[in-house]
Amino acid sequence: MTATFPWLSAAIWIPIGFGLFLLSAGRDRSAGVVRAVALVGSLVGMLATVPVVSGFNLERASLQFEEKVVWIDTLNANYHLGVDGLSIWFVPLTAFITVIAVLAGWKAIGERVAQYYASFLIMSGLLIGVFSAADGLLFYVFFEATLIPMYIIIGVWGGPNRVYAAIKFFLYTLLGSFLLLVALVFLYQSSSGSFEIFAWQRLPIGMTAQILLFLAFFAAFAVKVPMWPVHTWLPDAHVEAPTAGSVVLAAIMLKLGAYGFLRFSLPIAPDAAHHLAGFVIALSLIAVIYIGFVALVQTDMKKLVAYSSIAHMGFVTLGFFIFSPIGMEGAIAQMVSHGFVSGAMFLCIGVMYDRTHSRNIADYGGVVNTMPRFAALMMLFAMANCGLPATSGFVGEFMVILGAVQYDFWIGLAAATTLVLGAAYSLWMYKRVIFGSIANSAVAQMTDADSRELLALGLLAAAVLAMGVYPRPLTDAMHVSVGQLLQQVSHSKLP
Amino acid sequence: MSKLNFLATLPEAVLLTAACLILVADQFVPEHRRNLSYSISLTALAAVALCCWNLLDGQGVQYAFGGMFVADPMAQVLKLFACLATGFALVYAQNYARARAIWRGELFSLALFTLLGVMVMISANNLLLIYLGLELQSLALYALVALQRDQPRAGEAAMKYFVLGALASGFLLYGMSMLYGATGTLDINEIAHRIAASQVANRPALVLATVFLVAGIGFKLGAAPFHMWVPDVYHGAPTPVTLLIASAPKMAAFAVAFRLLVEGLTPVAGDWHLMLLLLALTSLAVGNLTAVAQSNLKRMLGYSTIGQMGFMLLAMQSGVAGGTTASAASAYAAAMFYVLTYALATLVAFGIMLLMSRRGFEAEEISDLSGLFRQRPWYAFAMALAMFSLAGVPPTVGFYAKLVVLQSLLADNSALPVVWIAVIAVLFSLVGAFYYIRVVKVMYFDLPGADHPLDASADMKIALTANGLAVIVLGVVPQYLLGLCSSAMVRTLGG
Repeated sequence: MTATFPWLSAAIWIPIGFGLFLLSAGRDRSAGVVRAVALVGSLVGMLATVPVVSGFNLERASLQFEEKVVWIDTLNANYHLGVDGLSIWFVPLTAFITVIAVLAGWKAIGERVAQYYASFLIMSGLLIGVFSAADGLLFYVFFEATLIPMYIIIGVWGGPNRVYAAIKFFLYTLLGSFLLLVALVFLYQSSSGSFEIFAWQRLPIGMTAQILLFLAFFAAFAVKVPMWPVHTWLPDAHVEAPTAGSVVLAAIMLKLGAYGFLRFSLPIAPDAAHHLAGFVIALSLIAVIYIGFVALVQTDMKKLVAYSSIAHMGFVTLGFFIFSPIGMEGAIAQMVSHGFVSGAMFLCIGVMYDRTHSRNIADYGGVVNTMPRFAALMMLFAMANCGLPATSGFVGEFMVILGAVQYDFWIGLAAATTLVLGAAYSLWMYKRVIFGSIANSAVAQMTDADSRELLALGLLAAAVLAMGVYPRPLTDAMHVSVGQLLQQVSHSKLP
Repeated sequence: MSKLNFLATLPEAVLLTAACLILVADQFVPEHRRNLSYSISLTALAAVALCCWNLLDGQGVQYAFGGMFVADPMAQVLKLFACLATGFALVYAQNYARARAIWRGELFSLALFTLLGVMVMISANNLLLIYLGLELQSLALYALVALQRDQPRAGEAAMKYFVLGALASGFLLYGMSMLYGATGTLDINEIAHRIAASQVANRPALVLATVFLVAGIGFKLGAAPFHMWVPDVYHGAPTPVTLLIASAPKMAAFAVAFRLLVEGLTPVAGDWHLMLLLLALTSLAVGNLTAVAQSNLKRMLGYSTIGQMGFMLLAMQSGVAGGTTASAASAYAAAMFYVLTYALATLVAFGIMLLMSRRGFEAEEISDLSGLFRQRPWYAFAMALAMFSLAGVPPTVGFYAKLVVLQSLLADNSALPVVWIAVIAVLFSLVGAFYYIRVVKVMYFDLPGADHPLDASADMKIALTANGLAVIVLGVVPQYLLGLCSSAMVRTLGG
């Protein structure tokens, strides 16, 4: 089936168009109109992704909804879009999270509202662009361009230490990206002038070059994931970013790195990937176990969730590098699930922060007494965060552990510790914040979540439960593409 | 070849007439009607640009004045952009110059004479004519730097510029004389011909001549270790003059490097290509590392220019490494594109500085821009685009400049050292990114001081808006400018 209408382009450019409109026409005087326009923009953007999901052919491994137009003739670069089983879920996920992000900043942001929403909408389009780009240069342009709005969001609307966090975020990511650029240009020249990612995947490359390419990709994507030990920008960025910024950062931006592994590292440098798999697995396990312990001792809720994100993303990279269908599908499922769960956790923290202006666990206690409905929803997300069956968190973790045990029992065992650690840090935090008697007057004055907050949290809760109860559509869509990718990875590309 | 072919020199003729007209008209026009000179200048620049544009189509390489003067597509492109840059610089200068009583006829006639020198250098096909153009440009610029003669800083800068500039001219002239001694001709094509036909017995003289020529070009480009004048002159000169120095003369220096080294001395390319590589790497290191420590925006841009020119030289030196004409053409096209995009972004940066300056207040410290986003969001956005462009972050046009340079550098990627050079280059670009995004940080994240009333004229606002938009629009659709550079270079080398 060939799509006649360019839905992917629509999904990319509708939010960007709305964003540019807000940027040029929006004023603080009419903040209400600006919010409404932003909501409409994000909803229309999300509607545009619906046909992509509903029209997706489960049997095909190759790209669907392809669009190809010559973009830069001189460089032989094309505006080439398309989704396959690896990327299909991230397109609607991004659009969905953008709607949540728009709702999240509804009241908290009072100044320069137009620029704020414009940043989110533009970023949403760019992120969808990253997931659907089939041209290396186009991918890079989208990948890099997302830095600018996020830098502005953290730096302008962030917390007290926002400047440090924003610059750290920018430079950390840029270092990896520049090395990625060198790798892309190297591939361009090796493939005698092509930016097609799929042409690069067929290109025979020697071992030294493969290892260098792999390391360059690794520099870009491992920082983005982030993997231990290049994760230190993430807690800073999360803590300082406004709630919606944290939501998008955790739910979508971290996935860019993991997605990069799928699209670039594994298929383009498969021999190097096998060669260095032990190294990546070791780093992933460190992330799962060590960062799990680090999360346990956090006193700041946002930091705690940030560290738990790193641990969960360690699961994703682990799933990739055990080279089995169940591990890889589990890793992708984990990526999608983490998008919902971490987004929801940050949103919950944001809801409380809006009321008390504190993120310290010690400043809370007994929230359930004043915010019962909110507490019930947060319970669900905390459970999903530690991988309770029937929530989305269980699906990916279980599949990855299963794959890891098949690969090596001890690796599987080490990975499984996350079930203990995750439960420990998530539920302990939940207990200290929500249960008990009312800790202080600030908590006593908290009002339960209003309808807007309940809507945002409810949508996320529905997604978490739906995915946990019936994950089949999720894995069905990726099945064929994952199989093809694993086959590619198992064939040596040495000339 | 021996024909006069006056038509090929039409742009220069128009420009010279206009400059003389202003000189004469100035004697009869009272001070308060100085806008006449301004109008004549802009009209003349538009006419010259139109001439260049017309000459660009159609013919390949034409010679005039018995082979002294060459009009090839590359020259037309460079002249076109030199005209535009000078025109924009004059528009931006308006506010600043009026407030400081330098809005006088000299400003216009000297600016036009500078441009004339630039254009002569671009089209010179003879050692003497290169020198003539160089002196015309330099002498006019020395006077311009000293235009605010009651300012001690400007006087110092003019002196420094003059002494070091004279030294550089001396180097260049000395190299030319040796080249003449070794080959017995001043004509660049003839020089190449005689060296290639091994009619040159005195090889050491040839190599020594190359050394001096490279040193002279290094001075004019402001490449390390011949960069000492750059920060002081950038800082000391009145801001509009700094802008004039930073834009068109860089294009001329590029053209001279192309004429002398590529067209004249290709047979000894093995020697000069390593010299250029050395200049490039030292410039990248010195420029980027020193710029980090600057608090004055003009000085920072001065040092950053050094780094930018280093990047450009990387493409310049890689032209010969590839060997084939096609790869050489793409390498020199990349260098040309780099210079043009650099000028485009620099114009915006200085334009903003000039916009912020008013009577009795020089906006030249980075901190003078603080909080610009809260007061003038659009101009802050334009400045941010310029900074991201200089840093090489997509989707701004500066990214493609870095991309094509890396691409020409890696054209022959069988040799691994080239890859490491590319890695070093991007690492220094990362250092560069730090100080560029610091400017964005100051504008967006810091709180504003007192509100600045902007007394900019409408034409300045329009020009600045167009210029800022060009940085992003050419970044989204770079094909046009890239194609222009590449086809001009192919036709220049082919014909």
